Amino acid sequence: MQQIAKNKRSISYAKWGYLFISPFFIAFIVFQLIPLISTFYNSLYEYYFENLRYVGPNFVGFKNYMDIIANGELFKYAENTMIIWIIGYIPQILVAMLLAVWFTSYRLKLKFQTFFKTVAYMPNLIMASAFAMLFFMLFGNGGPVNMMLQELGITDEAILFFDTTVTTRGIIAFMNFIMWFGNTMILLMAGIMGIDQGLFESAQIDGANSFQVFFRVTLPLLMPIIAYTVIVSMIGGIQMFDVPQVLTNRLGTPDRTSMTLIMWLNRHLTQSINYGVAGAVSVIVFLTTTVLSVFVYRSLMKNYNSQKPAVKRIKKQEVKG
Amino acid sequence: MNKSAAKHRTDLFLFFSRVCCYIVLILVTLLCLFSFYFLIVNASRPHAEIMSEFSLVPGNYFFKNLSNLLTDKNIPLLQGLLNSLIISACSAALTTYFSAMTAFGIYAYNFRFKKIAFAFIMMIMMIPTQVSALGFIRLVSDMGLMDTFYPLILPSIASPIVFYYMKSYMESILPLEIVEAARVDGSNEFRTFNRIVLPIIKPAIAVQAIFSFVASWNNFFTPALILSKQKTVPILIATLRSADYMKFDLGKVYVMIFVAIIPLLIVYILLSKYILRGLTLGSIKG
Repeated sequence: MQQIAKNKRSISYAKWGYLFISPFFIAFIVFQLIPLISTFYNSLYEYYFENLRYVGPNFVGFKNYMDIIANGELFKYAENTMIIWIIGYIPQILVAMLLAVWFTSYRLKLKFQTFFKTVAYMPNLIMASAFAMLFFMLFGNGGPVNMMLQELGITDEAILFFDTTVTTRGIIAFMNFIMWFGNTMILLMAGIMGIDQGLFESAQIDGANSFQVFFRVTLPLLMPIIAYTVIVSMIGGIQMFDVPQVLTNRLGTPDRTSMTLIMWLNRHLTQSINYGVAGAVSVIVFLTTTVLSVFVYRSLMKNYNSQKPAVKRIKKQEVKG
Repeated sequence: MNKSAAKHRTDLFLFFSRVCCYIVLILVTLLCLFSFYFLIVNASRPHAEIMSEFSLVPGNYFFKNLSNLLTDKNIPLLQGLLNSLIISACSAALTTYFSAMTAFGIYAYNFRFKKIAFAFIMMIMMIPTQVSALGFIRLVSDMGLMDTFYPLILPSIASPIVFYYMKSYMESILPLEIVEAARVDGSNEFRTFNRIVLPIIKPAIAVQAIFSFVASWNNFFTPALILSKQKTVPILIATLRSADYMKFDLGKVYVMIFVAIIPLLIVYILLSKYILRGLTLGSIKG
């Protein structure tokens, strides 16, 4: 009997672990890692399409990087992307925070919560390109928004929303806000509900009003999760593409003030083909997101480790590999 | 006496707070929904009416617009819908199955590189797909897979976010005794995963299948780079935008947007209870 038990323990299950995780790593290496390395490699070469023929590939070192920095294009498109992201993010976090606090409030006990949450999250699932096309139609010169404004007597002539930098950027930012505040709200709600309820109760017994409770209890305790949503949203913002691409028909109009980094990258991959510059832009975007995601990684790992005690109980019985 | 006056005052304050909350909530709801309302109104009106006057009342021209759109040979909508459906369904199936498999591999077994493998997957979680697009196009064209669906489906095997969700879910719900019991009964590990683990984590699979499907359905960047003759719905929408849209029948354009957006929203509304509940699981908690 003892012999059998001993034998069983000595069977190694490690190979099953490797077998189960191997598809993931094979797919990752083939479809992400190799392309990423190839992108890095291409960024060091002069390789573009002009006058119906390809020039290169010739090794040029960091010339592609120098070029896009020297001619100001990189900073211009990075600035566009950041500005549009910030205009959209400020209302996003404010509205998300407000609604999250209200929905979790024990004093307010709001009704129809499921309905409001469903509506708030809904725009997140919409096809961004179709949403952009819809806004293009709605805010166009002869579109319903202009018709409504004229009928209400707010304006005599049609407002050319897509010919002005401020309104174009504003519409893109507004769409981002609408598409993402529900998501942020749900994350923040999970955070607030994770706070020890006793803290709210004792604050109230001590005579704190709602504002004091929010600024002295909720906000400080929620800081890690707020930081997390900011960084994740920023990483998402850097990748902004679908909405401005369709809204401005790839051009980033007016005068390329709504051209984002990824639109610019896409331009070098499809229209004015320049693999060298496309590679350099990719590497710069990659490095930026990597720096930001160190933070995300750390907070996720911290979260994971803090949950461990609950898990340990189960893990104790884990089979030795 | 004094006490009841104070109580009355807080009740009144609470009442006004609630009224303010509901007003703001209604405004936010309007902000979310006005564009869809305009979409429904205009998708159900003929071109001439859309061009000439503003209306908040839906017309009765929706099915005529729809049949005009479906018979338009320049917009292969049905083919596009079918393509999108195939790609999204396959991606969702692969993502959920292999993410669950990877999560189970790391959750249930002890092996030398387990910790490193886990840390590695967490590290690559935030890498945007766009940054490797250049290398990806060149690889796909070297493989001779341009304009096929494989490069849009196969990469979904490696999805760190779904993996993380699955792993968190297993940690909260799947006791390893079950795996060991199956082992004692003579089930091999692969069979245990398919027959015992997958049914237990079905709720997580359902939630992630929905999200993967939606993400793939809405994806525009990668398919636009890979596909040329074949088209998906987002590509058709973008083509519509680059065409001189003023020459188009606007009724058709609105119906096209309607078809791209509304069916998915109906599915969402039907399943929203599960989706919203599933959202926060596996995410960071304070």
